[in-house]
Amino acid sequence: MGRAALLVLADGRFPAGGHAHSGGAEEAVKAGRITGAADLEAFCRGRLHTAGLVAAALAAAAAAGADPAGLDAAADARTPSPALRLTARRLGRQLTRAARATWPSPELDALAGTFPKGAHQPVVLGLTARAAGLGPEDAAYCAAYESVSGPATAVVRLLGLDPFEATAVLARLAPELDRVVDRATVAGTAVRTAGLDTLPAASAPLLEIGAEAHAAWPVRLFAS
Amino acid sequence: MHLDHSHPGPAAVSADARRPDGARRALRIGLGGPVGSGKTATVAALCRALRDELSLAVVTNDIYTREDAEFLLREAVLPPERITAVETGACPHTAIRDDISANLEAVEDLEDAVGPLDLVLVESGGDNLTATFSKGLVDAQIFVIDVAGGDDIPRKGGPGVTTADLLVVNKTDLAPYVGSDLARMAADAKAQRAELPVVFQSLRAGSGVADVAAWVRAQLGAWTA
Repeated sequence: MGRAALLVLADGRFPAGGHAHSGGAEEAVKAGRITGAADLEAFCRGRLHTAGLVAAALAAAAAAGADPAGLDAAADARTPSPALRLTARRLGRQLTRAARATWPSPELDALAGTFPKGAHQPVVLGLTARAAGLGPEDAAYCAAYESVSGPATAVVRLLGLDPFEATAVLARLAPELDRVVDRATVAGTAVRTAGLDTLPAASAPLLEIGAEAHAAWPVRLFAS
Repeated sequence: MHLDHSHPGPAAVSADARRPDGARRALRIGLGGPVGSGKTATVAALCRALRDELSLAVVTNDIYTREDAEFLLREAVLPPERITAVETGACPHTAIRDDISANLEAVEDLEDAVGPLDLVLVESGGDNLTATFSKGLVDAQIFVIDVAGGDDIPRKGGPGVTTADLLVVNKTDLAPYVGSDLARMAADAKAQRAELPVVFQSLRAGSGVADVAAWVRAQLGAWTA
């Protein structure tokens, strides 16, 4: 399997729960930090180089065959916000379900047994890529792209932003996305030999703080 | 309507009829329909009618608040641990049809936390006439419309009106005040749905939710047979 399987996994309509999450965009919109396409681009760029890079490296490592439990602990250590850790596990659990139905594999069954309430989503994404016959770079692409496509589609709903403008933002970020994926793939594939400390630990403090604030809102459109 | 698929491994997938421990899971019934048609009131009335004879729980899918869950809590129709709210990212129909993972998780968590359950009611956020539940999420679905929303809705049809396992026409007590013709609604529904059942109900008068409760009991009888 190859490119076609990658399209199936990377499809925004892949039914793994992502549609209910804004990647921090809902909080940023309410706080006035995203008011249009230019802000959205800056927000996505920041997320890509921090949370996106870390997620892509974790996904690449899992796809390369690194131990999922070790990667899950590494993801915990790189996610200070309890709300974001909970979100990552919920999305991981939902992806596990979709992946097991889509690409049945003993590794995914074992993961579901070890983490009944969900492992971190990027780790599950890497194992899903593996089950689909894809490689570490493919997994990194899926994780990095999700890190910006989620906020972009959420802002279309939150602000009524022109969907063509939102998609153009993603297209402008594509060259940077390629470079983030290169870094993530190198770091992720090195984990099996060099250990978990080769994983990047880029952090976006405002995303972490915003996630905690968002989780406490009584009224919201998105789960995160 | 028995969905006896099963997957190997440690967790159930989608419509698996059995839980990972081999026990038969709860029957899941979805309630959908337009905003304000009385879905939450029907859920509350069903809980009151059935809670003494069945172990049941509710999942709500509010569009952007927890109002429906809070209404059920305020009315104390069930203990709070039996009611869960799912957030839908501004797309209530996606959460019940295209990407059901959050709802499946909520149903399973309820069964783990307060189970074994006989019945889980999954209430959709108020939506449009095309919103229906995935068969991967529910075993049967009820579509709730009301007489004040216009007596031409059954004639207009759409997937909810046409294909739901039960169509409920709610608030019949308001018909004289809004000029809705119940006989015409019944004839139009019959034309759209052939032999599928229709219940006309008022929760403020007459027998209330009794007909819908009887239908739910019949579904449960078929599920556990």
